Amino acid sequence: METRGLYGEIAANRRRSLLLVFSLSALLGAFGAALGTLYGHSGAGLVVAIAVAIALLLTTWYGGASMTLAASSARPAEPARDQVRLNVVQEMAIAAGMPVPEVYVIEDSAPNAFATGRDPDHAVVAVTTGLQEKLDRDELQGVIAHELAHVRNYDIRYTTLVAVTVGAIVLLADFALRRMWWSGPTRSRNRDASGPLILIAVLVAVLAPLSARLLQAAVSRKRETLADLGSAQMTRYPEALARALEKIEADPEVLEAANRATAPLYIVNPIKSFEKRAAGLLRSHPPTEERVRLLRGLVLPGGAQPGQESPDRVS
Amino acid sequence: MLGLGIGVVLLAILGLLVLLVGWGILTYNALVALRNQLQNAWAQIDVQLKRRYDLIPNLVEVVKDYMQYEQEVLTKVTEARAAAVSAQGPAEQARAENALTGALRQLFAVVENYPELKANENVMRLQEELTGTENRIAFARQFYNDSVMRFNTRLQTFPTNVIAGLLGFTPQEFFETDDAEREPVKVDLR
Repeated sequence: METRGLYGEIAANRRRSLLLVFSLSALLGAFGAALGTLYGHSGAGLVVAIAVAIALLLTTWYGGASMTLAASSARPAEPARDQVRLNVVQEMAIAAGMPVPEVYVIEDSAPNAFATGRDPDHAVVAVTTGLQEKLDRDELQGVIAHELAHVRNYDIRYTTLVAVTVGAIVLLADFALRRMWWSGPTRSRNRDASGPLILIAVLVAVLAPLSARLLQAAVSRKRETLADLGSAQMTRYPEALARALEKIEADPEVLEAANRATAPLYIVNPIKSFEKRAAGLLRSHPPTEERVRLLRGLVLPGGAQPGQESPDRVS
Repeated sequence: MLGLGIGVVLLAILGLLVLLVGWGILTYNALVALRNQLQNAWAQIDVQLKRRYDLIPNLVEVVKDYMQYEQEVLTKVTEARAAAVSAQGPAEQARAENALTGALRQLFAVVENYPELKANENVMRLQEELTGTENRIAFARQFYNDSVMRFNTRLQTFPTNVIAGLLGFTPQEFFETDDAEREPVKVDLR
């Protein structure tokens, strides 16, 4: 991959992500206002939504990584037990010319990995123990390099922010639905709102969670492809990542620690039944076969062709 | 009328000068940043080479009791390490490093014949450390070469090439490895 193109892509990715966070915040605000209108206080709804958004963003900025790690029941890596994992992360950090991120380990035999944090200086890479058991060292390098590419592209910041914002919208929708279920929109307080306004409010309330998910998934798929290319640029050996993706995809085991909120973070979506059923637009990852085909088709400058043995690497 | 015309021309020239100087400053800073990255990448290679020198005596120490009949291989590794540590200049350094890599490869091939050694926890840990270090050296060189390419490309493309020489920047050399070293070192004991 041409270097200038890569850095241009990183800049474009950051702009896209910023736009995404803005649109999601606007969506959250509109949603809050719509809910408020339903209950006769459009202003209050907006204020509550904005307050929730700010509180969430601050919490995510400073505590997002540790919350994600806690939710995935990850432990910090130790030199004695996690020698290979720590070594591979350091090797790939050198290949990328980046600070070495913290390494966490999830004790689970399902092979998977994710990265989180807010920028390359505050980044964490988490891997399952199954990843190392089921992949060889080259494949492990490819996966870790994919995660470091997420870190370098600032995906980790926006994925976490977006996950939280989407979470907030879904949460509010749940809450509103439950209130309607129990009491219904109180007619008495609704007197001042006109009919069409209520209709619009209902429409927004119903569509907001769905459009938030669509936006999230669209940007996520683009990022996964970019990170695959970044990994190839670091290892100069895309075949290893292609093999790793196939192995992770084919693995029948379910990652217990993953849930709907953290699923988009992983290298291959851990909730496989969801990915299989989900329509193309809702997928957070491109289909694995497509990613593998892209990696096998890469021709890298400086010699290494996909399918060859890795040129100057010890395996 | 004439006075006003001269004023406009002067202003235009002044504006152009400010733009040129501003561009010069930005270019200079960008080149310095790239050169620093490149020097840092070079230093990283040295750090990893030194790490390898430090690991080898430990490996020899652990292995030597098992390998009474293979003293020759061990001596070769120790000598190659000493030669690499004291090598002067890039060419000699590269030759010495290649010899050391070859000697290590031989040692690991011999280790394969000793089941006790292969199962020894210390040996396994040292092997993984050496594997990791070899990788780090290779990746550090790759990143160094990438940095050189980025720096040289910037230096040689228009419009930077017009002032790069004036600012005292010269193209940097790539790190070349010979073919013997590009072959993977087999240290997998599983």
